[in-house]
Amino acid sequence: MMVQITSAQAAILAVNSIALGGLLFLLSAGFSLIFGLMRIPNLVHGSFFMLGGYFGVTFLDRGVNFWLAALLSAAAMAVIGGLIERFLLRRLEGQILPQVLLTLGLAFIIADICLMVWTGDPWQPSPPPELRGTAQAFGMFFPLYRLAILGVAVVIAIALWLMVDRTRLGAMIRAGVDDPVIARVMGIKVSQLFTLIFCLGAALAAFAGVMGAPYLSVYPGLDFEMLPLALIVVILGGTGSLLGALVGSFLIGFLYNFGQAMFPDLAYVILFLPMVLVLVLRPQGLFGRVEA
Amino acid sequence: MATEALTLSGVDAYYGDSHVLHDVSFALQPGRLLGLLGRNGAGKTTCMSTIVGILKPRRGDIRLFGESVAGLAPDVIARKGIGLVPQGRRTFRSLTVRENLVVAAQPPRHGEAAWTLDRVFALFPRLKERQAQLAGSLSGGEQQMLAIGRALMGNPRVLLMDEPSEGLAPQIVAEVGRTIDRLKAEGQSIVLVEQNVKLTLNLADEVVIINTGRVVFQGSARELEGNEAVISQHLGVF
Ligand SMILES: Nc1ncnc2c1ncn2[C@@H]1O[C@H](COP(=O)(O)OP(=O)(O)O)[C@@H](O)[C@H]1O
Ligand SMILES: [Mg+2]
Repeated sequence: MMVQITSAQAAILAVNSIALGGLLFLLSAGFSLIFGLMRIPNLVHGSFFMLGGYFGVTFLDRGVNFWLAALLSAAAMAVIGGLIERFLLRRLEGQILPQVLLTLGLAFIIADICLMVWTGDPWQPSPPPELRGTAQAFGMFFPLYRLAILGVAVVIAIALWLMVDRTRLGAMIRAGVDDPVIARVMGIKVSQLFTLIFCLGAALAAFAGVMGAPYLSVYPGLDFEMLPLALIVVILGGTGSLLGALVGSFLIGFLYNFGQAMFPDLAYVILFLPMVLVLVLRPQGLFGRVEA
Repeated sequence: MATEALTLSGVDAYYGDSHVLHDVSFALQPGRLLGLLGRNGAGKTTCMSTIVGILKPRRGDIRLFGESVAGLAPDVIARKGIGLVPQGRRTFRSLTVRENLVVAAQPPRHGEAAWTLDRVFALFPRLKERQAQLAGSLSGGEQQMLAIGRALMGNPRVLLMDEPSEGLAPQIVAEVGRTIDRLKAEGQSIVLVEQNVKLTLNLADEVVIINTGRVVFQGSARELEGNEAVISQHLGVF
């Protein structure tokens, strides 16, 4: 049942795991903050990733610089996310199930629109020219671009951590995660925080979608491949915890890649078993806090 | 006649279909302390929740210095100047002491002495020592001080305190009592919700008793002190 792999293969798998982990962090950081603050699993989050990827490849097709394309896609998705929060989710405030169903409905709608606009063929852009080569280390060659994904994810993780952990705005977000009712009573505009976090989460997911495009490519169904991964990451790491999202992302990055290579028959077991164990043994997640 | 700091007139409040507050009316004069007494489940916390906007009144009006705040969102009401020390303290447990205070800060109204981090730390030196600690790691008494400090950071025109002595050792209760006395001396208008009748009678100017969601007594603290029949009927203590 177990497939033997060489150390060279293991090294490549490790790089792929790290790259996927970086993408998953960008995806699940927003997902986790939305879950922590608004108490809903945002089922349209995978669609933000895919739609962001499609936006990105469209810009790239017009000759736009890779990083600019990623930023433009993120900005466009921030606007779309903001509109969804203000005009759709806001109307159902406090009604968890209708909100979740709304995000699911939106995910299906976006999937159909993408199929119509971008057809069923996969789009795989080239990485930015400066990152097309390989890096040599320990006598092996590693694709530069996948290492760059890690670098970008680390930079964004640090920026997010500084924002959430070191600023008054971040403390207000954490207060809203702790006790949304009392946060409001203390004068914190929690509804505005919802919009802000939703925009930020959408932008990060879209940015990840563009970053991931040269590696995963963009194709119909990518949305519902990414969504469960974000869900597992957040369940493993604990909702509302950036550190949890970070650790969970790399854990899943490794389980996904090594699981598929070494235990191809059991890939899903290896992916979902840790989630089941955490749900049963430590429902607040590895880094989550027990509800008071 | 000067405007009242806070008035409730004919307030009815519900949890879903369950009718909890019936035609509740009372008024707090500026710079005074109104004690709100009542047995467990009488509707005191519901009354506070309705004033701060967690619960919308179905009928009646709530006015802060003459301006109606009934039906506004909690964060808007907070900015207009109502502060709450919630029952059970409810500090933000995963925030540090300092962060708990900072997130609740609101600019002071014109011409009033502002509460700042330094002033709260001067009032509660223990919070200053523990400012970098997570609120969840504080003792019950320290959490109560933090909850009071947090409410003060909003520079409230009216301060609501829901059972600040609950679950605290007698020594700490006395300390909380001294703090309330000091705030009152500085001119803070306060509604003090309590089951501790002795503490309330020591601090309050006026007292309101509610029983099953209705106001059943309204008068001065002196009046209530001499009225053991009312105390035993509605509060079940002597
Ligand atoms: N969230 C709630 N949902 C439904 N009923 C509630 C809720 N909170 C309190 N009640 C009911 O409202 C009544 C008043 O409760 P409360 O205001 O908490 O009383 P007190 O603070 O005086 O002890 C009680 O009968 C209580 O069971
Ligand atoms: Mg109560």
